[in-house]
Amino acid sequence: MSGFGGFVLRRGVGAVITLFAISVIIYVVFYATPGNVAQITCGPRCSPEQVHQVAQQLRLDDPLYLRYWHFLEGILVGQDYSTGTAVQHCSAPCLGLSYQSDQQVTELILAKLPVSLSLVLGAMVLWLVLGVGTGMLSAWRRGRLSERVLTGITLAGTATPVFVIGLVLMIVVCGELHLLPFPQYVAFTDDPEQWAWNLLLPWLSLALIEAATFARLTRASMLETLAEDHIRTFRAYGVGERSVIGRHALRGALAPVIALNANNFGSAVGGAVLTETLFGLPGIGQELVHAVAVVDLPVVVGMVLVIGFFVVIANAVADLMYAVADRRVVLA
Amino acid sequence: MSEALVASQAPGTDTSVPGASGAHSFWRRLRAQRAALVAAVVVALLVLVALVAPLLTALEGQDPTTYHPSLIDSARGGVPVGSFGGMSAHHWLGVEPQTGRDLFARLVYGARVSLGVALAATVVQVVIGITIGVASALGSRWVDQLLSRVTDIIVAMPLMIMSLALLAIVPSSFPRPVLVTLVIGLIAWGNIAKIVRAQTLTLKGLDYVSAARLSGWGTWRIARRELLPGLAAPVITYAALLVPINISVEAALSFLGVGVKPPTPSWGQMLTAADVWYQAAPQYLLFPAGALFVTVLALTVLGDGVRTALDPRAASRLRVGAGRRRGAGSGPGKGADA
Repeated sequence: MSGFGGFVLRRGVGAVITLFAISVIIYVVFYATPGNVAQITCGPRCSPEQVHQVAQQLRLDDPLYLRYWHFLEGILVGQDYSTGTAVQHCSAPCLGLSYQSDQQVTELILAKLPVSLSLVLGAMVLWLVLGVGTGMLSAWRRGRLSERVLTGITLAGTATPVFVIGLVLMIVVCGELHLLPFPQYVAFTDDPEQWAWNLLLPWLSLALIEAATFARLTRASMLETLAEDHIRTFRAYGVGERSVIGRHALRGALAPVIALNANNFGSAVGGAVLTETLFGLPGIGQELVHAVAVVDLPVVVGMVLVIGFFVVIANAVADLMYAVADRRVVLA
Repeated sequence: MSEALVASQAPGTDTSVPGASGAHSFWRRLRAQRAALVAAVVVALLVLVALVAPLLTALEGQDPTTYHPSLIDSARGGVPVGSFGGMSAHHWLGVEPQTGRDLFARLVYGARVSLGVALAATVVQVVIGITIGVASALGSRWVDQLLSRVTDIIVAMPLMIMSLALLAIVPSSFPRPVLVTLVIGLIAWGNIAKIVRAQTLTLKGLDYVSAARLSGWGTWRIARRELLPGLAAPVITYAALLVPINISVEAALSFLGVGVKPPTPSWGQMLTAADVWYQAAPQYLLFPAGALFVTVLALTVLGDGVRTALDPRAASRLRVGAGRRRGAGSGPGKGADA
């Protein structure tokens, strides 16, 4: 049962079980709430006929486990929906139909996904580079003025909500200095240069806060690694300070940073929702906020599931990377 | 994975028995840190402002919900009349564009919402976390397995996304601040439960707890009399770190328009409204943003200070070796109780 292969397998099975449990919880929480589910699902402006139709579509007469099974069936093999006039087929990962637009939730998410991925992945590169760099620098300059300044900046960074940074950046850079136009999403496939310019501010606002968290962790982790015996040995052998910090200490210090990166993925996604809303980027986050505002339950449930999926995957991947980066980890 | 981080945020998850040094030395060590002391004073002032908000607004002679149509220039789209957003002896921080509601009153009442929601949510998180964590550590193997898996799943759920979604299905008649408190509290207790479980397992193997068990004490009495005092340090530390996070989440939810709704003022909600007015009435944006920044910063610094004061070694010991972690996890004396 030991060995890396077994570890990967166990972690994979664990991730699948977690995903399944999350889908059950989300389904029960959203579709088994007390009160008239059809009415809530349909929204306050629905006519009695529409409510009746929704009740039929949700199969509210069936017991809960059958309804969940039906939902799961939709995700795994797809299902057919009657939209009143015609039957619509919704194939394999089917998350249902939007009550607002009758559009398939899967299609809706796929259409919005590139925007959100552009935002989160780009920002992630930025926050890792900024955060780890700042953390290393302040560990290296320990006790000097530059370290105190860096520590102060990172502390202020962790304390600023993402929408405040974004708002300030947008007002100063776009509104006052006119350095950039107000961001407007351009697809990467249309124009890579415009894509990057327009995402620059959203990337910065999302990345600055996360970078601050990473800088704090990298600094602490680095200082601890620097105090370990093998680093003293390297120094005793006459290895230069730059090489000690940049190569040997960094390797030991990176494991918790990787772990945090996955752990922070959930909060980064939350930050992405705020960033998208603030900058008007048409991503999953903005769509989720809209769906919440108009109580479009299939869209809300579908998006929460998809986001949960990404978070669970990120956690599992990080576990593996953690084990690879730090061989001292016990594979249990 | 997250256990490593959780452990890093929780001093005293080792064999040390926190709380033994007592409240006195805690205060001494907290006072010794200048930044933490300043932060503590700022937090105390903020709490005071929140508590006496009605008094302050009475002093000013305003309230947070009355519209003042005479103080805004409807010809210019609702910009406040007068300089600096209508600041005057009657309206200390000016008035809101478009409605003319008093900004100072909305700001101090907003402090009540921010701090009230964040603190209450923290209490909910701590109560659930301690209950689940202790039950997990003291219960049978199956109880432990079940509760630990549930905790893992809760930890995997992104707080912002889940609370955003949950707030959609609750009828709008439900009092909004209470709802936001409950949603944040019910989603984000996972890490506290993990810390409490690990600490309880450690404490359970210590001699004085074994002595109590050998004297024939019941599980409940041991939990209450012997374990809870030992849990205080890690729980207080983590709770202190949770408060600023909860403040940010409430502000973010209100900013998105699903949190606290008007007429009840909230800083996050004021920022949404102020977004479009930044040129005509910049103070409308600056005050809530500044209040939010100062509050979260002060609470974060205070949280760091509390951590250092409760466990001076924690500041440098950010990483707990995975091997040791597992050792603590599968704990000594498992199943010997109950």
